[in-house]
Formats: sequence, structure tokens, C-alpha cells
Amino acid sequence: MIWLTWRQFRTQAAVAFAAVAAFAAALAVTGPQLADLYRTAGSSLVDQVSSSDQSVYYAGLLITLAAPAVIGMFWGAPLISRELETGTHYLAWNQGVTRTRWLASKLGLGAAAAMTVAGLTSLAVSWWSSPIDQAVNGGGATDTYFPRLDPVAFAARGVVPMAHAAFAFVLGVALGLVIRRTLPAMATTLVVYAAVQISVPLWLRPHLAATDRTTVPIEPGGAPISIQEGAQQIVTHPDVPGAWVTSQQTLNAAGQPVPVPSSFADCLRTESGPPTLQQFDRCLADLGALGYQQQVTYHPASNFWALQWAETGLHLGLALALTGFCAWWIRRRLT
Amino acid sequence: MSAVLRAQALGKRYKQRWALQNCDLDVPAGRVVGLVGPNGAGKSTLLNLASGMLTPTTGTIEVCGGRPATGPAQLAKVGFVAQDTPTYAALSIADHLRMGARLNLSWDNALARERIRRLGLNFKQRAGRLSGGQRAQLALTLGIAKRPELLILDEPVAALDPLARREFMQDLMEAVAEHELSVVLSSHLVSDVERACDYVIVLVDSRVQVAGDIDDLVACHHRLTGPRRDPDTLPAGQHVITASHTDRQTTLLVRTDTAVHDRSWTVSPLGLEDIVLAYMARPTDAVRDTRPALEVLR
Repeated sequence: MIWLTWRQFRTQAAVAFAAVAAFAAALAVTGPQLADLYRTAGSSLVDQVSSSDQSVYYAGLLITLAAPAVIGMFWGAPLISRELETGTHYLAWNQGVTRTRWLASKLGLGAAAAMTVAGLTSLAVSWWSSPIDQAVNGGGATDTYFPRLDPVAFAARGVVPMAHAAFAFVLGVALGLVIRRTLPAMATTLVVYAAVQISVPLWLRPHLAATDRTTVPIEPGGAPISIQEGAQQIVTHPDVPGAWVTSQQTLNAAGQPVPVPSSFADCLRTESGPPTLQQFDRCLADLGALGYQQQVTYHPASNFWALQWAETGLHLGLALALTGFCAWWIRRRLT
Repeated sequence: MSAVLRAQALGKRYKQRWALQNCDLDVPAGRVVGLVGPNGAGKSTLLNLASGMLTPTTGTIEVCGGRPATGPAQLAKVGFVAQDTPTYAALSIADHLRMGARLNLSWDNALARERIRRLGLNFKQRAGRLSGGQRAQLALTLGIAKRPELLILDEPVAALDPLARREFMQDLMEAVAEHELSVVLSSHLVSDVERACDYVIVLVDSRVQVAGDIDDLVACHHRLTGPRRDPDTLPAGQHVITASHTDRQTTLLVRTDTAVHDRSWTVSPLGLEDIVLAYMARPTDAVRDTRPALEVLR
């Protein structure tokens, strides 16, 4: 059975591994000089990265983030839906192998290949980006690069891409099995996977490890402060390098969570145009004088691996659950 | 003789629609069984139930003494050539044979290679580039080379031209004789069945209308022609399948196990096609009210 699975899969596998090898080679060429730069420049590396290396940084992010989705769409979704569409499952299921074993071999080999491809990509990208990640975590001030805990970079580093790939692959297989047509299954896989990738960092990942809390005074000249929603929300930017801020809350003098008082918005009101900088500082000082503070909840950079393993476990668990669903569906519902 | 296919109160429903109902069958081993009926009568459903591609909604089905597709041993007993004879378009003929060898407990590789060679096919050719007839032959080869006890073929020649059709059936019959297979094949053409089979099952509107040995069926069905008369006045042993009347004449198609002695009838013999068409033409509500299936006893 493994022979047939491999025979049907080998072209796709060859294409994927060739692409990974080519990309890894490109990274291997440019990686060492970035590491040298970090050795000499330290955290100020963030201002000295060449524009071509900057492109490679973003390409690495994009490719590692997209790899699981592509795997789910192009490996997972067609895996069984194409057989159902062309009727070849009639041929496969009437050889001397039960359809459960047929499914197990297809899922096993496919998931292993998916995890290998995503794992190798992540390994290469994580290695290449590590000087920049270290510089950012070391306090290099930057708006150009993401801390590796940031939702954008988190899924393109470490072991998480492997789990995402396994999940996306099995998700594609399951949707292909249920929808039974290749193209709709591919589209649905992309939509569902994207939805999961947006929902998890928004609502789930913040709770996967213990967060830290810090209280920042509201004062001009302190931690940078910005306002949102017409001065009804305050956002501070505390100086915790590499942190991922998950929520903010304004506290009153008694330390109770409260909305930002309307006096602050009144203070900032102008006849026309935005408030001046002096006006902004004065209003902040007034608010601070009333005892208002800003509480910031965040994951420190040291939570990186705890969150990585938790996220990996979560997606591998989802992949296993979907595997069980596929086994049930192929035996009970596809008859 | 043991049964190669036995069904009891077998039924299959898709959402609201019954594709097969109240199907009772007891097909002896060693036969070449033709399953005939109009399109959409439930032929494919019955064969897919027999191969284990489908599971019954009601009743039971046993094939070669076991529930279909329940394990490798059961799978090894049954070969199935599905409708439109699917093959992997990207795989070569040699790959298909390798697949058969790797996926089957009892695979006769010499037989498979010999068949492909005799058909004049190139082992390196991709299945996607084969003609319909060649693809059907490849699928048949895969079915035969696993050395099953029962070979099931769902409309194997439906897509073939008349010449390829005849060649395929001839080839199938040679293989059957050589390897002592039981065969169940479906077709919507009686002529295919008449040429190849010795047992027939007529399926109309999701129900089995008649099933039995073809010679027996031909022997016990007659056309009676005579002066106009009410079919209800026939003796008890004569079952009317169809009746047609003109002003002065009545033509009946009857099934009877005894000879017809009434001198007022002109009795003429029937071919298989006449009998099958008669069962197909009969209003199926009539059957529903009396008996779901007529079994011809030998």
C-alpha cells in the first residue's frame, strides 16, 4: 500500500522538496553575512540590514506562513477528492487492502511529508532570521521587523509550522472527503485554514502560557502613548523588548479597571484639526495627576518556546481529531 | 450448491429515494449471472452493495459466505470492475500490475502479464492514454489476476463500440471458463446477457422482478394467442406477466411450470429478450401488491 501511495505522491513530493532546497540554498548564501553583522553591530543591526536582506526576511516570513496553506490545498484537498471524482477509489478499495489501511497509509505518508517540508522551511528561515530576531529581542528599536512572538512572525519560526502543516494537510483531506470535489475542497481548505490562523492568535494563543503584567504611569515623556477610538482607549508601548502585548486596561487611582474618563476626550477637543503636541502632553499629565494608570498584559520574549510547544500540541491534537473523523467518515458515511 | 450471492430483504436508500428495495436473491456459485434492467433501476446499487462499496440500509447481503469488504480475506474473494472501468490515468499499465501485486494476497502476475501481452498493449503506456476498450481490458485484467471466487462487473461494455463489446465479452467468457469464476455482470442490453450468461436477474424500478436460470425461464414462459378472453379465467398455475387485447384476440405472456393444454390457445415459445422486456414493461405496482420477487425454481 505504501508503494501505491508513494507512486501517486512522488511527483508532488519532488516538486515541494526541490522548492525547499532551492530556497534553503538562497538562505545559506546570504545567512552568514547577516550573522557576522550581528556579531559586530549587536542590536543596532536592525538599522544596518541591507535592502536585499530585508526582502529575504519578508520572503522567508511569507513562504513559511504560506507553506501549510499550500500543502493543505494542493496535497491534502485533492488526496481523496480526486479519487472520488475520477472513480479510482472503486479500483483502490477492491484490491486486497481495507479502506481504513488505504486511508492510514495515505494520511501517514502525506502528513509526514508535509511536516518535513514545513519543518525544513521553518528551520532554514528561523536560522537565517535569528540575528534579526535576537537584535529585536535585545532591544533594537524597530518598526520594520517583528518580534518572533508577534503573531506575524510566530507561525514562521520554530516547530509551529510543522504542526500547522500537519493540521492543514489533514484538514484538506477531511474536507476533500466530505465535499468529494477537488476544486471546492481546495477553496474551502484555504478559507477554513485562514480562519483558524486568524482566530488562534486572536482568542486562543494568548491563553496558552502565563502572561506577565506591568502597570505603566500615564505621563508625558514616559512610555510612548497613543489613543484610539476618539480618545476612548489608551494604548501604551512599554519598553519590553520582544514582548507580545495581548491586552491593555486603564486603571483608576484605586487600581480598578475603568474606561478612560470623558474629561480626557474633552481636554483633547479642538476647534479643528488634531490636538497639538503640547495639548496632548498637558491632557496626559492631567490624567496622570488624577491617578490613572495603564495596565499592560503581555507575553515576555521568554515565553516563546512555551507558546511554541503549546501551539504545536494544539494543532497536532486538531490534526489527530480530524484523522479520526476521516477514518469514521470513510467507513460509515462514504457507503 | 453453495450460494455465491445471497440477499435478504436488502434495501438501499439515498436520502429520500430508495435505489433498491426488498431484494431477495440466492445466486448459486459457478454461474455467469446477467443483471438486466433499465437505466436507474438499481443495478449499480446492487453490485456496489455486493462489492462492499455501499452498505445496506435494510436487510443483509452475503457474498462468498461473508459480509462484503469486511477484511482482506473477504476482499480477496471478490473482484470488482466498476462502472466506466476506472483506472489511474497517470499510472502505466506496468504500474497497475505492480499495484495489483502489492495490494493483493493472491496475485497471479504471470496471468496478468500474459493477458496484457495477448491484448497487444504496451506495459509502459499510461492508462490515461488507453482507448475505452483497452482500459476496460486493463480493469478486467486487474479483476481476474487477483484470482477471486466471484467477479463483479458493472456495465463493463456500456461505453464500448459493438466490436470492442463483442471482443470484451468473448475474452471475459474465456477467462471464466479457464479460471472457473462465478460472474455477476450488469447490462442494460439483453443481447449482452443472452450471449454470455446462464442466469439472469431482472431489476426494474429498484425491485427484483424475476431471477433464475435462463434455460428454465425460457422453458416456463409462453406466449398464448387466442380469442378474446379475460385473463382471470386462466388455470391457477398460470401467471400472467403481460396481457394485450384487440377486439377479437387476446395475447398473453404467462409463466407456468406445467404445459398449457387449453386447445383454444396458440402457444408459442419466447426468447430471453421477450421475457425480460415483458417484465420491464409490466406496471411495477402490480408486483408491489402481490409478491416482491418471482423466483424460478429448478
